[in-house]
Amino acid sequence: MERIDAAAHTRGESQYLDDMPLPGEMLYASVFSSPVMHGKILSLHTEDAYSLQGVVAVLTSKDIPGENQVGPIIHDEELLASSEVCYVGQPVAIVVGTSPEIAMKGVKRIVMNVTELPAVTDPKEAFLQGKIIGAPRTFTLGDVDTVWQNCDFIVEGACDIGGQEHVYLETQRARAIPLEGKSLRIHSSTQSPNAVQRYAAKILGIPASSIEVDVKRLGGAFGGKEDQATPWACMAALAAWYTRKPVELVLRRADDIRMTGKRHPYKSDFKIGVTKEGKILAYEVKHYQNSGATADLSTAVLERTLFHSTNSYFIPNVRIFGVCCQTNLLSNTAFRGFGAPQGMFVMESAITKVSEKLGIPREEIQEKNLLKENDLFPYGQRARYCHIGDTWNKAAERYDLPKIRQDIEDYNQTHFETKKGFALMPVCFGISFTTTYMNQASALVHVYTDGSVSVSTGGVEMGQGLTTNLVIAAARAFGIEGHRIKIETTNTTRIANMSPSAASSTTVLNGNAMLRAILQILDRLKSLIIKELRVPDKDKITVVNEKVFYDGLETGWGWEQLVQTAYLNRIDLSAHGFFASPEIYFDKTKEKGHPFVYHVVGTAIIEVTLDCLRGTYDMSSVKIVHDPGRPLNEHVCRGQIEGGLAQGLGWMTMEDLRFNEKGQLLSGNLATYKVPDVYFMPDDIKIEFLENGKILGPYGSKAVGEPPLMYGIGVFFALRYAMLAFKPHKEFTFASPLTPERILLQLYSEYLNK
Amino acid sequence: MYPEIHFLLNDREIRISEHPAVLVLDYLRGSERLVGVKEGCREGDCGACTVLVGELSGEQVVYKPVTSCLMPVGELYGKHLVTIEGLNMPHLSPVQQAIVDEGATQCGFCTPGIVVSLTGYLMEDHQEITKEGVKKYLSGHLCRCTGYRSLKQSVDHFKKTLDNNKGIGFLVANKMIPAYFREIPARLRRIPEISMRKEENTPDFFIAGGTDIYLQKNELLPESRICVLNGQPEMKGVFKKNGYLHIGALTTFEEFAQHTGIIRIIPYIREYMFQIASLQIRNRATLGGNIINASPIGDMTILLLALESLLVFKDGERSRTVPITSFYKGYKQLDKTSTEILTEILIPEPVSGVLINFEKVSKRKCLDVASVNSAMKVRCEDGIIRDIGLAMGGVAPVPLFLKATCQHFLGKQVSGELIEDAFPIIQKEISPIGDVRGSACYKRLLARQLCIAHFTKIFPEKVKVRDFYGTH
Repeated sequence: MERIDAAAHTRGESQYLDDMPLPGEMLYASVFSSPVMHGKILSLHTEDAYSLQGVVAVLTSKDIPGENQVGPIIHDEELLASSEVCYVGQPVAIVVGTSPEIAMKGVKRIVMNVTELPAVTDPKEAFLQGKIIGAPRTFTLGDVDTVWQNCDFIVEGACDIGGQEHVYLETQRARAIPLEGKSLRIHSSTQSPNAVQRYAAKILGIPASSIEVDVKRLGGAFGGKEDQATPWACMAALAAWYTRKPVELVLRRADDIRMTGKRHPYKSDFKIGVTKEGKILAYEVKHYQNSGATADLSTAVLERTLFHSTNSYFIPNVRIFGVCCQTNLLSNTAFRGFGAPQGMFVMESAITKVSEKLGIPREEIQEKNLLKENDLFPYGQRARYCHIGDTWNKAAERYDLPKIRQDIEDYNQTHFETKKGFALMPVCFGISFTTTYMNQASALVHVYTDGSVSVSTGGVEMGQGLTTNLVIAAARAFGIEGHRIKIETTNTTRIANMSPSAASSTTVLNGNAMLRAILQILDRLKSLIIKELRVPDKDKITVVNEKVFYDGLETGWGWEQLVQTAYLNRIDLSAHGFFASPEIYFDKTKEKGHPFVYHVVGTAIIEVTLDCLRGTYDMSSVKIVHDPGRPLNEHVCRGQIEGGLAQGLGWMTMEDLRFNEKGQLLSGNLATYKVPDVYFMPDDIKIEFLENGKILGPYGSKAVGEPPLMYGIGVFFALRYAMLAFKPHKEFTFASPLTPERILLQLYSEYLNK
Repeated sequence: MYPEIHFLLNDREIRISEHPAVLVLDYLRGSERLVGVKEGCREGDCGACTVLVGELSGEQVVYKPVTSCLMPVGELYGKHLVTIEGLNMPHLSPVQQAIVDEGATQCGFCTPGIVVSLTGYLMEDHQEITKEGVKKYLSGHLCRCTGYRSLKQSVDHFKKTLDNNKGIGFLVANKMIPAYFREIPARLRRIPEISMRKEENTPDFFIAGGTDIYLQKNELLPESRICVLNGQPEMKGVFKKNGYLHIGALTTFEEFAQHTGIIRIIPYIREYMFQIASLQIRNRATLGGNIINASPIGDMTILLLALESLLVFKDGERSRTVPITSFYKGYKQLDKTSTEILTEILIPEPVSGVLINFEKVSKRKCLDVASVNSAMKVRCEDGIIRDIGLAMGGVAPVPLFLKATCQHFLGKQVSGELIEDAFPIIQKEISPIGDVRGSACYKRLLARQLCIAHFTKIFPEKVKVRDFYGTH
């Protein structure tokens, strides 16, 4: 089946936030932000902005009627800085004008006097200065300290991992509309309508019930709108509250990149001990996360780094340390993978260094240490239905790994200035919000008398295919055709207290909640029909293809007749469903528990060709075996895998965030921050599915959003393979992204300054 | 009041009086509320705002995809502007259907622009539908969701549905684009020709293709006195005269690269183009604009420098010719008065045996600004270098012609040693600074590498990359 929204997308008829018809009297907001990394605000001069024709309001922290606070986990983030600024791009004031251009012009007229304070950008330096957020965390398994002496080899190393800008094609935006009395409706491009509702209410000092948040669809999000859509929506709300007019705030691309958080850069140190056969006995890692200026979701991101620090491997003795380091950079935030990619990158680096030191092929060490059923993760959960080995074996077999290896070796023997490289990348990713209470969802389902169905859930459509999946699941559950199902906007008046659409869990949680609502309605309908048909057993009633069957036999009743009869018999045709993931818990005092409902696994083989003269490279192929459970929709599932892969490849190669010494982002637009394009992505992408039985999603589907991103990590090691083929005796760093610059400077270090 | 702009927008005839520098994107989304056109970056990098611009060419209208975020409305006079709304029919077009069938859309924000570009591809006449063709038309589009595999796959659907036929006539006849396209040539002809208005005698800004000036002066332009240069046919096109190829300063990158006279001189020009810019930008960016913009890293400038081109300036009736090699005086400082307009670029018709190579290294291989770029022109007689032009970008405040290095090569036999000896001279001539495109030491290293690349590509039988790594 095709995606439910595909045709409208291709016609340009899908409405994004600012495509909605404009209300009369609309005003537009623009944001003034800090030009310095760290400083005390001495004075803020807004008069010149005010005097500009068309400027309606200039709002600062003083104009906030409620609490000036938007920090989601730790309350350390002001909506508008009041006395101190902590990074370049931190919002300080809002200008509201009759056009976006006027508002932007007003922003340019604001003058802020600041006394600059010392700033720090390096996470390890921040750590040494005691600038940390939350408490450091340590996961342990076995006893690393005593096991080092049993290891034949011990290898140590360090990683320097770059961040990543989301580049959702639709930038951050919100439209706030004053309603009667002290209430507002906010249209927000957010993954978290509940957060927008909660914080807008807090900012304005009114009850959450006075704020309605409505979300139709997002033009991409990737985590960047999980928490960081909230401030912009709150600013639009504040401006609408103050002016009593509709206010729209749309960030232009350059402002979006300059002012919003990114994937966290990490500095990590590892120590790994192995037997001479390559069996890993002990692994110790210290992660210094560059959290940026405020907590945002950093502590949760760090937690997932710890959860995934051993990736797909069983290591009997492990100590994983992690700490959130506060720096004077943009406040980093959720991004597809949510800390897991950094943890896995370090693990893969450690294995690679072992392989290079011992002269054992990387993939042999990887394979030897893959998780097996019932193996223990460092966080106390056992691997169940976690078929990482099966995906590895299937990939090796289906894609003929020995031949890939041989061909590459042959090529490298016969070529001088170009070299090929390959790497395998197994991925094992836990599904659930690691904050247990967030694993809940609700849904509201109405059946109308003409047989059409309205479904509201707390899930947000951001391209991940939620609406398609929900339509398929709802149609299957009711036994009716998909065209009868309408997925409504995500709205806080219909669904309360929703969790963000994140953690790859949106379909699982909201789909199950929806199915529970549907089952209630079906149950009522079945009770009615056994009365009407005078048959005894409710459980023998089924609805298939819009027809009602009893015990497999047609009853002559159709869907519409059933619904109408129910209505006339005063049967409730609406239901609310609720779902909470079973059996998960995590005890943070012991750092042990069962945080994940299941794991998604897969293995990728990545091949590259490196131009050793120029330092540039081509992705030759990516071949994947992925475990999707039973996907509700194959287009959606494959699309998520391919798109995640592209982001992972970009993160490891060209996506290069560069700041100058003043903390200003140099790669602050799409001319300087490059993401994969049609030529970068290989033509040869193959994806095979691992057929797998036991699954917990609706109709056996598994989560898919985040895990495929981590296949992209393999490209780093494939490039490194090619670099070593060119310069076999050199030591290379584990610094990402591996740009052509990093490659060339390492290949030719002896030619520098000559 | 601004002069009226009379043009066709989808199936409607439009007359507006906007400031000519207003962006087509802002006009479409703001005034017309044609919101299928999306704003993704406002700098020509993402392609979400792509529209087709149709121009009469003989009896036909030729359509080109361009990014509406870098095009002034002043240029729309007499043209046909097509947005996604203007391509919609009650049923899905082959492009739309292919994307639906492949599931090649996720969040959907980039999709309308992509549909517009691919439709532009199918409207192109007389060419087979190929995978490379589809990629070329996707090149200026960023999609952050799909990873492009499914989009590339659309080629199979086109081949099937269209039976490898392309062109507007075929598409209209088969209801693959709306029927109104049939009438467009006649309707465009009915728009009265105007002699290009002398809008401003002393404008603040001249706008050529606009692909760079809109990045630099975005907010300033709609409030300034501007002169939209495009529409002056005398400044477009390529012809041969008196031993020179004359190139109108407003010739776009794409027109330049597709011209047979140019291909004869620079046989691989179309391959270089893939690295230089996306199709939408190549359809807008002009050679003159690239030269006057004076970016030290302009790709076409570097190429024209190596070819030792001449620049022709006009100031009213007065005309002056300046060698490009002496045109750049310092960072963005030009040998040009404020009233002079670059009208022509002259490339000396090469004597036979001249070989040309262009090299570019950037973070992303295609459609990115270079860390360092370089072009070399060389002619050997009996193995002796008799003529050489070597230019390099990103290594100095100006696009650099490596005079001393060229001098070193002249009159000598190509050998590994000769090239090794050139490295210190190159390093002396260049003075790169570290920036977002790369550190100074990286650029210095690239200068060496690209010099090797030129010679090993042009003289593969004489020098090999391996020769430069004796100590390997």
